[in-house]
Amino acid sequence: MFHSHGTRRSNAAARSSASGGLEGGGVGSPAASSASEGSSFRPSASTFWLLLHGLCCLISLFLGFRFSRLIFVLLFSNTIYTYTTTTTTTITSTRTETLTVSFPLTHTPPIETAVKPNNSAIELSDKMSNQGSSHSQVVVGRHGIRIRPWPHPDPTEVMRAHRIIERVQQEQRKWYGVKSPRPLIVITPTYARTFQALHLTGLIHCLRNVPYPVTWIVVEAGGVTNETASLLARSRVQFLHIPFHEKMPVEWAERHLTENRMRLLGLRVIRERNMDGIVLFADDSNVHSLDLFDEIQKVQWMGSVSVGILAHSGGPDRTLLTEDEKLNPPIPVQGPACNSSGHLIGWHTFNSIPYSEKSATFVGESATVLPGKMEWSGFVFNARMIWKEAEEGRPEWVKDLDKIGENGEEIESPLALVNDASFVEPLGDCGKKVMLWWMRVEARADSKFPPGWIIDPPLEIVVSAKRTPWQESDDLAGSKLEQDDRRFTRPKSRSSSKRKNTLPGQDN
Amino acid sequence: MGKEIWVVALLLSQALLLPIAQAAELHTERISGSAGDVLEDDPVGRLKVFVYNLPRKYNKKMVDKDSRCLTHMFATEIFMHRFLLSSAVRTLDPEEADWFYTPVYTTCDLTPGGHPLPFKSPRIMRSAIQYVAMNWPYWNRTDGADHFFVTPHDFGACFHYQEETAIQRGILHLLKRATLVQTFGQRNHVCLKEGSITVPPYAPPQKMQAHLVSPSTPRSIFVYFRGLFYDVNNDPEGGYYARGARASVWENFKSNPLFDISTDHPPTYYEDMQRSVFCLCPLGWAPWSPRLVEAVVFGCIPVIIADDIVLPFADAIPWEEIAVFVAEKDVPSLDTILTSIPAEVILRKQRLLANPSMKQAMLFPQPAQAGDAFHQILNGLARKLPHDRRVYLKPGEKVLNWTAGPIGDLKPW
Repeated sequence: MFHSHGTRRSNAAARSSASGGLEGGGVGSPAASSASEGSSFRPSASTFWLLLHGLCCLISLFLGFRFSRLIFVLLFSNTIYTYTTTTTTTITSTRTETLTVSFPLTHTPPIETAVKPNNSAIELSDKMSNQGSSHSQVVVGRHGIRIRPWPHPDPTEVMRAHRIIERVQQEQRKWYGVKSPRPLIVITPTYARTFQALHLTGLIHCLRNVPYPVTWIVVEAGGVTNETASLLARSRVQFLHIPFHEKMPVEWAERHLTENRMRLLGLRVIRERNMDGIVLFADDSNVHSLDLFDEIQKVQWMGSVSVGILAHSGGPDRTLLTEDEKLNPPIPVQGPACNSSGHLIGWHTFNSIPYSEKSATFVGESATVLPGKMEWSGFVFNARMIWKEAEEGRPEWVKDLDKIGENGEEIESPLALVNDASFVEPLGDCGKKVMLWWMRVEARADSKFPPGWIIDPPLEIVVSAKRTPWQESDDLAGSKLEQDDRRFTRPKSRSSSKRKNTLPGQDN
Repeated sequence: MGKEIWVVALLLSQALLLPIAQAAELHTERISGSAGDVLEDDPVGRLKVFVYNLPRKYNKKMVDKDSRCLTHMFATEIFMHRFLLSSAVRTLDPEEADWFYTPVYTTCDLTPGGHPLPFKSPRIMRSAIQYVAMNWPYWNRTDGADHFFVTPHDFGACFHYQEETAIQRGILHLLKRATLVQTFGQRNHVCLKEGSITVPPYAPPQKMQAHLVSPSTPRSIFVYFRGLFYDVNNDPEGGYYARGARASVWENFKSNPLFDISTDHPPTYYEDMQRSVFCLCPLGWAPWSPRLVEAVVFGCIPVIIADDIVLPFADAIPWEEIAVFVAEKDVPSLDTILTSIPAEVILRKQRLLANPSMKQAMLFPQPAQAGDAFHQILNGLARKLPHDRRVYLKPGEKVLNWTAGPIGDLKPW
């Protein structure tokens, strides 16, 4: 630093002699001589002032006019403000400045030592601040940027922050959320298949985020399997795993009916055990928004919400909209319809007429899967509605659960549980808010997956993609499967658009 | 017999009081500062204000020239004038007035970019005071001691945006005896006069109301901040802007998931504040910022990082109980400080912030509503009454030196 100081000084000396020359002949030489190092001391007042003048010129050349005034003020004033710049106790490299050095140091090498206060600067600032107590303790000017040696989060603190956030949210729910929330009873029919893990994982995570106590009744077709049991065991949700004696059929129509029977079985379990709360039907492939669980707390006896129907799987069998449909696109929502005063007057259903010829008939077929007329997932009710004893306040428009299905009739929708559908409460701003979506995405019934989704022992044979079993119908290697698949043939599926996606047995 | 009746009566009264006490547990809490429970005081009847009628060039003409003055954070001076003109505390008889208001807009000379230039402000103020002193006898009666001015600029009546220059200039000499209503407040600072009323900066209330979300939206962000950390235009090397505190926040916490901090300008800025537990309010070039107002309105606990700052209405609002103060030297351990605050303290702060009178006190709604910042200013002025007898000068006595100050200020405007 000092050598650069010297070089600048010599430049300045040349310049200051020039500037000194402008002021008058006599000034030039003494100024020049004073600028050089080790100038001789001449004991006369005028020379003293000339020296001072030269010094000020030099300083102003180095620091710029602004700072030179600073130095002047510092040296000669004893008033108001402390104009020091402080150094700080930073460890990594920052910019530091002290009073004695004329200009700021940039890029100081990092100081590797542990917290070592820069004593000289602190003493200096103490001296400055002691000059007068009435002025500001906060200093103006350049400060260092304090960075701690390990500027990364500490896990204990992160956990404490999360606990604070939890407590704050609990308090928010207490003041702005649902008052006296009731526990939820969720009924889900399921069975072990390739996509079960996908669907159930999503549902498990959703239920874990619900801020109310949840009891999950999982009814499994074909009895209790290890697949489902292992998924549930890891779920950390309180569940009841109920076996259902029938196996899940492969046709969609049959599957819908079987699921209905499984749900009824779930309801019977609630009735036997006198479980209290709000009953909700969550199909494993549906997607729920957390607002739904807050909204259904409002139900008195039986309520209905709007369900978004996502029938298109986005596959190559995309239905083309007719001109008419393009003008009035069909709204894929099933739910309550209200009049202007908010009373239930009817139901929106999903218009399945455009898809009637092209819908999927069996599970795994990549065609549009149509929902039933009224999906169970759009209805919620108070568990007391199905209790045995006629609870006080249980309305007369509710049928007794034992009487339903005893003649072997099929229950198509929960409206069969009530005598008068007009008593159903429309929720979600009278059905205007869609908080859950119905979707059916399944793999073919014969698709294989590693049990428990654990690959053990490691795969030895890797089959190239061209030779996977469920390939195009023209592949001879899939001929064995063709024979199996003949069971699923249907006469009507001869349309050419289905060629690619039909079973190998159908190829023409 | 009589005694038993008394016992029964006592028990009954106890039974009645118990549910009342329980019902009083609300999700807000009363705010009581060092001046007492004064936020809901009504200033009407407690003071009288006379508004001088200054020529258009001091106020209306400036607004007409650039209407951005009505929306920037210094718009307080304009809205205060409008409020006083139609307020019940206004009196048209100056003899009965306790306070005199001079409507001069010193912060309305804007650059093309919208920043106010303070270079002419001292002259404008001086010219306005001269006009008042010449046309009415009330200024000379007290040399301005019962007059108040609104000076909402960065460093108040020091009339400069740069702190060093502002300190050098000091408060305009002519305002030595007047009361200043200003946004700037820092203890032991030249530009904060004793007896000033600190007010919040102007933030447009309708804009904030338009972005309110349901209070049941869970607060999931721990610390939130949006703004500059380094001011590369004015302070390229760093270290001057915010006394290095903002840069320190960035360097220490940029990789901390609990801190949602960036220089973005998201459209969901207000909504995000309502989803946060803490909102940082660090100093910038001046210690105050509209972030404080936004944090209070949105229920986010303000974390003030500005040494020695004086917050708005400090005698009416107990800021120590509502906000979290962090010294600039403690910024590197900000995460430790915030996570070690007990949950009960945090919940209490949120209850205090949820109090509607707290939010009202920070806002300048048009038209004025009860309990808003306009009324708090009047309450503050009322608390300073009655004027000390010594304020009134004897005839011929002069305190102000009309030629004091930098020479440039003496040029007429």
